[in-house]
Amino acid sequence: MSRELTRPLPRTWWLKKTSYLRFMIRELTSLAVFAYALLLIVALWSAGGDPSFSTFYDFLNSPVSVSLHVVVLGLALYHTGTWIALTPKVMVLWRDDEQVDPDVIAGVTAILFLLVTGGVLWLTLA
Amino acid sequence: MADAGMKRGPDRGAPLLWLLFAGGGTVAAMLLPVMVLVTGVAVPAEWMSESNLVSLIRNPLTRLVLVGLVFFFLFHWAHRFRYALVDLGFGPLGRQAWLFYGTAVAGTILAGLAAVRM
Repeated sequence: MSRELTRPLPRTWWLKKTSYLRFMIRELTSLAVFAYALLLIVALWSAGGDPSFSTFYDFLNSPVSVSLHVVVLGLALYHTGTWIALTPKVMVLWRDDEQVDPDVIAGVTAILFLLVTGGVLWLTLA
Repeated sequence: MADAGMKRGPDRGAPLLWLLFAGGGTVAAMLLPVMVLVTGVAVPAEWMSESNLVSLIRNPLTRLVLVGLVFFFLFHWAHRFRYALVDLGFGPLGRQAWLFYGTAVAGTILAGLAAVRM
């Protein structure tokens, strides 16, 4: 039998340092991703008429929905920012014998994000 | 991990789950903010009418993309949130892997059914 020799950690350990707090917020941005997936499922069912699409459309126009969207937008942008910052660490590129500057990789990802954002706005609103 | 004691052989599912987490994270990083802008700002601001929104969602290509996004978003959430629960001291719940990936599979099926029945 082996014993677990881990030191118990108080549940609030992530409140002790801002870097820990930023880590925890980053991990919890996944809740915003989850919430939006649920919205998409409801949107798909509503577009099929079950429940009616006007109910869904009215919900999107409600103060509750707008407030939730503001929270989700904040977390989504935090996720995008931290994800872009991580890309050079996940994707280490070499050109001949020289490593491609991490800032270039993050920069290209950021530009891609802006292009995708603009493209979706153009496709949906134009 | 603490529950590794009973494992026989390597965990062959892990790389796939990390791949789905990373794929979902990339898709969410690129698309989630703008999608939130569309449903959270453009619709309430009346830049997009009810009929425009419904015909956009009913477009077969959009339906396919939305089901794919639900799949990626849910698997990203399942993996990251599970580990966050362990970090927050809810280890026993976080180790119920089936609960999280099962939710992701169920949500994807629900989205797929809606898209097919439309």
